[in-house]
Amino acid sequence: MSHLAEAYAGAKAEWRALEESPTPVVYVGAATCGRAAGAEEVIARFREETAKAGLDARVIEVGCLGPCCFEPLVIVHAPGGPDVCYGGVGPKEASEIFARHITGGAPCAEWALGVLSDTAAHGIAPLTEHPMMRGQVRRVLANCGRIDPENFAHYLAGGGYEGFLRALEMGPEKVIGEVKDAGLRGRGGAGFPTWRKWTFARTAPGAPKYLICNADEGDPGAFMNRSLLEGDPHAVLEGMLIAGLAIGASEGIVYCRAEYPLAIQRLEIAIGQMKGAGLLGADIFGSGFAFDIHIKKGAGAFVCGEETALIASVEGRRGMPQPKPPFPAISGLWGKPTVIQNVETLGNLPLILRNGAEWYAGVGSESSKGTKTFALAGKIARTGLVEVPLGTTLRQIVFDIGGGIADGGTFKAVQTGGPSGGCIPAEKVDLPVDYESLTAAGTIMGSGGMIVLDEDSCMVDIARFFLGFTQAESCGKCVPCRVGTRAMLGILERIVAGNGTPKDLETLEEIAATVKQGSLCGLGQTAPNPVQTTLRYFRHEYEEHIHAKECRAFTCPPLVWYQIDPARCIGCGLCVRACPADAIHGETKSPHFIDQNACIHCSSCLAACAPANAAIYRTSGERRRVEPRTERKDPGVPAQPGKG
Amino acid sequence: MTAAAVDTETLVRDVVARYADARAGLIPILQDIQAAVGFISPQALRALERETGISANESYGVATFYTQFRFTAPGKHRIQVCNGTACHVRAAARITEELCRYLGVAVGGTTPEGEFSLERVACLGCCALSPVLTVDCKVYAGVTPKKMQRILKEYGFERKAGKS
Repeated sequence: MSHLAEAYAGAKAEWRALEESPTPVVYVGAATCGRAAGAEEVIARFREETAKAGLDARVIEVGCLGPCCFEPLVIVHAPGGPDVCYGGVGPKEASEIFARHITGGAPCAEWALGVLSDTAAHGIAPLTEHPMMRGQVRRVLANCGRIDPENFAHYLAGGGYEGFLRALEMGPEKVIGEVKDAGLRGRGGAGFPTWRKWTFARTAPGAPKYLICNADEGDPGAFMNRSLLEGDPHAVLEGMLIAGLAIGASEGIVYCRAEYPLAIQRLEIAIGQMKGAGLLGADIFGSGFAFDIHIKKGAGAFVCGEETALIASVEGRRGMPQPKPPFPAISGLWGKPTVIQNVETLGNLPLILRNGAEWYAGVGSESSKGTKTFALAGKIARTGLVEVPLGTTLRQIVFDIGGGIADGGTFKAVQTGGPSGGCIPAEKVDLPVDYESLTAAGTIMGSGGMIVLDEDSCMVDIARFFLGFTQAESCGKCVPCRVGTRAMLGILERIVAGNGTPKDLETLEEIAATVKQGSLCGLGQTAPNPVQTTLRYFRHEYEEHIHAKECRAFTCPPLVWYQIDPARCIGCGLCVRACPADAIHGETKSPHFIDQNACIHCSSCLAACAPANAAIYRTSGERRRVEPRTERKDPGVPAQPGKG
Repeated sequence: MTAAAVDTETLVRDVVARYADARAGLIPILQDIQAAVGFISPQALRALERETGISANESYGVATFYTQFRFTAPGKHRIQVCNGTACHVRAAARITEELCRYLGVAVGGTTPEGEFSLERVACLGCCALSPVLTVDCKVYAGVTPKKMQRILKEYGFERKAGKS
């Protein structure tokens, strides 16, 4: 490992100097999500305060630490105590943290999520004991939110590229063996053993060979890949070097969504750093291994997640899938052997090569080894990016880590796998999350999106939502998918509009089975999953829509009627002003009423009515939902930090 | 030839020169053109045909396949409302509806003065902060109809006539 020796020595010294810095260091999570939550204003405020105080302190932008619900996240290093991680830091909190912690030496316990040490300090528990972090095993995401993703030395200091250097020494055959022993399976959703894909491509005739990193994260509701690329781009690029070496590829392409400008920018910086260190080029460290990486921006097409469609897109054509075989590993980009790998799969490779297969397979279930990242979103209390061993149960993810349902709602289902996946009902909450268990339940692992649904989510509407997506994204090449998704969507739209017929469910099932069997590619083959799983677990909701014209979640507008309770209405006129249809009438200071013929079911009045009165209630079929009256909130109470 | 046509011609020539193989680089070429002028015009496609021999028909076929490309001039400020799953279950549809009503345009449309264009996109990848929208690529999290109005105000939009 003489290569990079100098760089390692420098990097380790730089990192140590930062960790043991005698002057304060502030790390601010500034990935896309952090910026959306206001990280840039926080950075500006810290810089301002530092300048004002004439203090020698550094402010460093890092990636996402994971608990997005507590953004903006800040880690403060002040000499003489352990680093403290804060959540919900706005400019005001930033100033106060600066005054009390950075210059005063007393951390602000009320906003702290935890200290970055093994034991509590200043009355603050370790971050690893925070309920959102406790159940996690952060391996792939270990660097995210801790290192400066634009600083090469930070990645090297943590053992970066050691995995690749070891792979260079071992040679391709042994690398494939190591990955086989580790039990790594593709993290893009299907779970195909990585080593097997590599073996096909390695032994296939033809040169050059290509390696494509699929960073076209097209699943609505998923952001694992974005976070990894933004927070630790070198991990993915090192994985590409390892995979490229194993299959004998000479060119690597990162196919990244154009919607991820920050990820693209960080990848470009990282690729430049690799070139500077001699990690890319014609003869890397004199090993004879030649490899180059460039970025291709995707132009937005969900079907490009399918391998052959992605290849068509890289070649500059419409992203339409081809029948398989030939598989891309035999004949892919420009007709040459090509391996396409998910971002997270690649992110696992440096860890396997650095720490060995045995270490890697030390966590996970019998058939699914290692960890998996999940993007927790929807009606969950603690949203964010989490990483858990495969085989962890849904209950542990949703309740222990995610904190259950937001705002005291009732857990109804969790949707996994995006538009290709399905909904798992609350009664299956003890299901272990691995490839086989999820498939048996009718859904798929997918790339890791997990949307939690509560009683305010209508399952028919969810099915309609996904079908609307797949129908629009169907490339139109094969008939079952093109016509079938359209037909299913038509039926679902009719049902949510209250015009469903009893025969509709049978027809839906029939079309779903046909589309699943007859479609050319994965998009069509999995498109019926949302419909099939909701029909399997929530058939009663479909029946209520059809027979009783009732939506129990009160979300399908045509089935929801708005009424004013005269006993509660004070005649303030707020709803009248909010109503876009002029459907509400009444004298000032006396109860109003809604003209049901004019009402467009938009719910504006419900939102406008003061919570203290809550005079508007909803009906749907036989159901009625009255909002509880809540007293006006005291404006003097500051918002809790970390409120989503 | 008008000045604008000459500009398109020059722009396309400059962009094409960056790529060794125009056919393989068609998507990046279209992306570069859109980045420069905001949309793909028929003039640009014809200029591309003259420059590379790729028929306007073919490049239009490729461009229309991908959601990134637009074929009409965007507004000065570009609003994208996320319609990903997480945003959907947190009432993104309502935000979109309110925006349409407030701006007086349909999804995909531009306000009459060319100030704002409204788009619905599949997923912006900020699911944990849903519902989100972006204005000129700046992401706004946890959007409510009220907050939406405040955001538009930042960009100088005031609802003029109509209901108070």
